Amino acid sequence: MALTGIEIYKNYLPKTNCRECGFPTCLAFAIKLAQREVDPSLCPYLSEEARQALEAQARPPIRLITIGSERPIEVGGEVVMFRHEKTFYHQPGIMVRIRDTEPPETVLGIIDQVANYSVERVGLELGLDGFAIENTSGDSTTFIRCIELARSKTDMPLVIMSNNPTAMNKALEVASQGRPLIYAATRDNLDDMVGLSLNYHCPLAVYGPGGLEGLSELVERATGAGVEDIVLDPGARGFAESLTTLTQLRRLALKRNLLGYPIITFPGEGSETIEEEALLAGQQVARYAGIIVLDHFSPALVYPLLTLRLNIYTDPQRPIQMTPGLYTIGSPRQDSPLCVTTNFSLTYFSIAGELESSGFPSWLLVCDTEGLSVLTSWAAGKFDAEKIVKMLKEFSVSSSISHRSLIIPGHVAVLRGELEEELPDWRIMVGPREAVDIGGYLKRNWRGDLS
Amino acid sequence: MPPLEIPREKWIGRVNEVTLGGNGRREIKIGGESTLPFLHFDGSIPNRPVVAIEVQDREPLDWPPHLVSAWGEALRHPQTWAKKAVEFGADIIVLRLRSAHPEEGDTGASEARESVDRVLSAVDLPIIVLGPEVTEKDNEVLVAAAEVARGQRIGLGNCVEKNYRTIAASCMANGHIAIASTPIEINIAKQLNILLCDIGLKPDTIIMDPTTGALGYGIEYTCSVMERLRLAALGGESMTAMPMLSDVGNEVWRQKEARFTEGVPPSWGDHLERSIIWEEMTATTLLGAGADIVVLRHPRSVEIVKGTIEKLMVRV
Ligand code: SF4
Repeated sequence: MALTGIEIYKNYLPKTNCRECGFPTCLAFAIKLAQREVDPSLCPYLSEEARQALEAQARPPIRLITIGSERPIEVGGEVVMFRHEKTFYHQPGIMVRIRDTEPPETVLGIIDQVANYSVERVGLELGLDGFAIENTSGDSTTFIRCIELARSKTDMPLVIMSNNPTAMNKALEVASQGRPLIYAATRDNLDDMVGLSLNYHCPLAVYGPGGLEGLSELVERATGAGVEDIVLDPGARGFAESLTTLTQLRRLALKRNLLGYPIITFPGEGSETIEEEALLAGQQVARYAGIIVLDHFSPALVYPLLTLRLNIYTDPQRPIQMTPGLYTIGSPRQDSPLCVTTNFSLTYFSIAGELESSGFPSWLLVCDTEGLSVLTSWAAGKFDAEKIVKMLKEFSVSSSISHRSLIIPGHVAVLRGELEEELPDWRIMVGPREAVDIGGYLKRNWRGDLS
Repeated sequence: MPPLEIPREKWIGRVNEVTLGGNGRREIKIGGESTLPFLHFDGSIPNRPVVAIEVQDREPLDWPPHLVSAWGEALRHPQTWAKKAVEFGADIIVLRLRSAHPEEGDTGASEARESVDRVLSAVDLPIIVLGPEVTEKDNEVLVAAAEVARGQRIGLGNCVEKNYRTIAASCMANGHIAIASTPIEINIAKQLNILLCDIGLKPDTIIMDPTTGALGYGIEYTCSVMERLRLAALGGESMTAMPMLSDVGNEVWRQKEARFTEGVPPSWGDHLERSIIWEEMTATTLLGAGADIVVLRHPRSVEIVKGTIEKLMVRV
């Protein structure tokens, strides 16, 4: 269970404040340890007992598991229930299931689409993470052929799905170097699957439907036999089952140090349409999945899902930021429009995109608001008239432009009066609230000769 | 092996239960939960979260074609639109007095009175009336709306820091509910609730709107603010215990992903499918963070989101 800084200080540290760890006091070090931000080995004076306890504490309550080898993904390693408490660290891998009953052309088609799918958002390329290949046919030759086909086309991580240890063994003979996830050990095949996981050094999914006690018993047998890298499938498929069970598992891991492993989900099995599958997958992005296996691939559904994953897994303390400065969009001239905004990357990219397509090459002054958006930074007092004036000076905006018109975001129209006072020879224009309306706004309001 | 004991939260707080409607109008209860969204094992959820459909007082001219065609002729008049919204399964009608915006018609109290009256007579569902989000105009049209709907316990928004006195007075005089809206920030939300209660509004006549960010446009901020407000409420902080409203359709349908039919990358996929799921996923994500009312625009989103709520309301 997680220890507090005080508990660590009282029970485990020497309390000599010798500073060798790099912190001024043992207590300061203890607080960093509690936040899992430093390694306990920085203190050379720990007793053996303290060292063990602190190392256990330093390990995230949910084990970090690597799947794949060429382009591996890491899942698990989470430490909180809610992202504001710290952050969610390792975004769930999103994969697509391929059944070995599909004809080879179909398999190749899906692999091609999924592996090459990529969508840009806030300057990042988002994509899917791999494939789950299922032995639906029950025939091991067909299964191996399908896996080999996949391996010949892609080096993305795989989940290999079969309840039959013989088929799994054959599959691992051809695919184990890729460090696939073995899915799954069940009540009926546990010992064999555990053996395969140990032999081939591949992570093992444990499937235990019908209650967490059963699952926990299976996991204990697997860990007892020496398997460390485990992924859980509690078999909770629908919206309500998934939310309840995944929440309970996260709590058990964080508060009781039990069943601390990432979870694999199959939203297609808990929904009736692909639209619903995407929504359930969305719920699982926000609530505690480590690997999500989709049954369908459709760009229109995958794009929002990847966007949600990016949003939810953005560190609340470190929003994606732009470097403050005066940016050029297109090739602006001295009389081109000047807009001001914050350095929240989403804001920047939305506005830059709109300015680009507006047909108005422009100047965009990006203020340092610590990565907060217009409304939030304004509410937090980090985007005000004073800040804008300071940025205008700092980046010598006046020397780049011949006019004195400044377009401010519609959301902070309230800043106009103050800006007019601070910048008496400037014309302050209130732009639209939404980036998407900038083109129309400039067409209606920007007249070079007036500015 | 000892039985596995699932850690439970022992919350001491509960979300206020707010009633909309009444006095001849259908009643609906919002809030009242003593647990996090859909976690039935920690507490009770006496009222399922609800779906409101947005109706505007004038035909919207900036909606993408398929959103328009989903409604057809009904969009021409708020009363026909509201009736159709009932058929599409709305639990609440949100009437947005958009034409009162200085740039969208600058209509005033008398037009507002008329639109509200038409919707009130067309349907018997509970109503929420939203102004154009320009403070002086909000005051003008919301006060008018409050008078027309006297006694029918409608919601009135936006009630913001700048005009809360006017809106609160109007709510108290006419028996309505304030929709208190604040820019994505937990303390500002709490502060506005305190101000409203200080001047006499009862806590169970306030719904809060902590500002919605659409999927891809700040949804993570909204999620975290809603989660923190709800955790505080369940922890016993009464000034954050108001049920929450998310103005989802309004945020989603102004974004490129929902609006643009062409000139977007092929990886965005089919426009119809994409735009609807953008609204649905924003709604279900915020319901998961604590929204008690989501306001939607597309009939298909309404159907799917209601279905999802049904599924999540099943105790497992
Ligand atoms: S090195 Fe150890 S004993 Fe020295 S100050 Fe740091 S924690 Fe305390």
